[in-house]
Amino acid sequence: MCRVLTVLLDGIAYGMLLFILACGLSVTLGLMNFVNLAHGAFAMAGGYVTVVLVNGYGVPFLLCLPIAFLVAAAIGLLLERTLYRRLYGANHLDQVLFSIGLVFMAMAGVDYFMGARQQLITLPDFLRGQFHLAEGASIGVYRLFIIVICAVLAVVLQLILSRTRFGSRLRAAVDDGEVARGLGINVGTVFAMTFAVGSGLAGLGGALGIEVLGLDPSFPIRFMIYFLIVVVVGGTSSIAGPFLASLILGIGDVAGKYYIPGFGSFMIYTMMVVILVLRPHGLFATRGTS
Amino acid sequence: MLKGMFTIAAAATLLGAAVTAQVQAQESVQVGLVLPMTGPFASTGRQVEAGARLYMQQHGDEVGGRKIELIVKDDGGVADQTKRIAQELVVREGADVLAGFGLTPLAMATAPIATQARVPMIVMAAATSSITEKSPFIVRSSFTLPQAALGIARWAAENGITEAATLVSDYAPGHDAADAFRKVFEEAGGTVIEQAAVPLKDPDFAPYLQRIRDAGPQGLFVFVPSGVGSLLMKQFDERGLDDAGIKLIATGDVTDDDILDQMGDVALGAITAQHYSAAHDSPENKEFVDAFKEANGNSRPNFMAVGGYDGMHLVYEALKATDGETGEALVEAMKGLSWESPRGPVSIDPETRDIVQDIYIREVKEQDGELYNVEFDRIEQVKDPVKADWSQQF
Repeated sequence: MCRVLTVLLDGIAYGMLLFILACGLSVTLGLMNFVNLAHGAFAMAGGYVTVVLVNGYGVPFLLCLPIAFLVAAAIGLLLERTLYRRLYGANHLDQVLFSIGLVFMAMAGVDYFMGARQQLITLPDFLRGQFHLAEGASIGVYRLFIIVICAVLAVVLQLILSRTRFGSRLRAAVDDGEVARGLGINVGTVFAMTFAVGSGLAGLGGALGIEVLGLDPSFPIRFMIYFLIVVVVGGTSSIAGPFLASLILGIGDVAGKYYIPGFGSFMIYTMMVVILVLRPHGLFATRGTS
Repeated sequence: MLKGMFTIAAAATLLGAAVTAQVQAQESVQVGLVLPMTGPFASTGRQVEAGARLYMQQHGDEVGGRKIELIVKDDGGVADQTKRIAQELVVREGADVLAGFGLTPLAMATAPIATQARVPMIVMAAATSSITEKSPFIVRSSFTLPQAALGIARWAAENGITEAATLVSDYAPGHDAADAFRKVFEEAGGTVIEQAAVPLKDPDFAPYLQRIRDAGPQGLFVFVPSGVGSLLMKQFDERGLDDAGIKLIATGDVTDDDILDQMGDVALGAITAQHYSAAHDSPENKEFVDAFKEANGNSRPNFMAVGGYDGMHLVYEALKATDGETGEALVEAMKGLSWESPRGPVSIDPETRDIVQDIYIREVKEQDGELYNVEFDRIEQVKDPVKADWSQQF
């Protein structure tokens, strides 16, 4: 029983991390209908910002997290205003080619400036060690920290989307851009803000993930498939969809690797196939979107 | 008739070109160093090149009456590239020696070129046992993974570990290491109770480590590529496997000198077996480490650098013996060579052309404020256990 609890908590931590990394993608893909394969590059940017700040300038890790968010969001905003917006109307193939090009540029750039090796940071002492829950069941303090942060963020995102004026503007802009424009909503600004926040969240996820997922220049490609699976399984019409999808995939992945190690790495794909066979539009699709 | 004339003329030109190439080759010995200088294995390339260059800097660039020229090429860690570059080096640049080879597939892909061109090929990094069997022109100056695995397995069996688990990356060298460990460990009376193979691309070890923790062995044998190794150690520590009485044992790749100091305290106490540590206590090594640091902005040499250094030593000594002659004679001259390397006494096994060396058992400790692999035991003159008869090693 205790073992089950440990595996469950590890899975939740992994799933939460996936959610933070991928939820920006589900927004751009689902709400803005833009295939942004370069999403992982923003996560990588956040990770490298953290590495440079922690190792090079001795900035405390906790302070680095909001900085990673802001830097990734700023890069996202800049690229959205200069490059991405030109492709909103383009077909998906063009968007894929453009964003995959960005990924390769980001990877080569990071390789050139930071080197290709695995980056390491040292966590502060209070985030290290084990937290004992019950006899035999324990979870790493850092994983618990990830769960708490990501859970709070998920709630905040859901509230913003459903309760605030910005949220309703965004939903309006997505549902029908022209009518929204007619009502005086500045659709371009709404999209730019959304894109920046999504990139920022990826950056935060990248920073949080250094210790769990590793960080090297191949990061955007290595995890692209995971992000896409989250979005595909979760559907793209809400925050709750990708959130639950991340949790299911995270727990399934960890449990699969724990209980059937030989098969474990295929677990996430198997789950994707099964879910898509049962629900072709994702777990929470409300209508026939993409 | 006219056509015949042309043929003769063309043949003469070709012959002339060949002769000119020969004369040029007489002047200098070209050593083509093919390494991953970019990409995820760039650290290997950088270390091997620095080691080779250091040797040339210390020993001059003339030997056996001929000048040595080093041509460094980047293959980015892609086997097709390595093969193509090696071919170009041999055909176009007239390279007399091929050297480098950061990873097993890169060396394997190039082996046929060495055989066809009858050019000595010095493997300075790749560590899969069977590489030297792929061409009679291959000589190895690095190590074989089973050598290191054998060392740690014997140490474990002799030091109170009766039940062990293994965790390796899911690729050929990983399986090589796990098999070698298991074989030696079980022959010495231990049992392997849990074996995990982790996908190379997925560095979250949490579920695997948890499973091993729950299985409760006394030791966990690990082989993963060096960068990922530090992540593994952190997660080993975070999950409290240490407190559960599980000892982390590994081949030296995991506590690679190149990044060991950045790993931090989690690495302390890890027991590894390998052929080289920058902290090896000998005058030869002191000189080597000091010179290396001076030439490379104070960064430390690792086992890759010593592979490059000793690889150049092989070329130099063999050229001395053949008086400047290359080709098959050079390989012959390398067989049986023995010398005092920065890593300790080594020799080339004349039968397998593989390196014979001491394997050291080391513990990660702090020395002068930095983390080092400090040697505390050794197994003398270990041959590659896969090619030699395993039982002879006991």
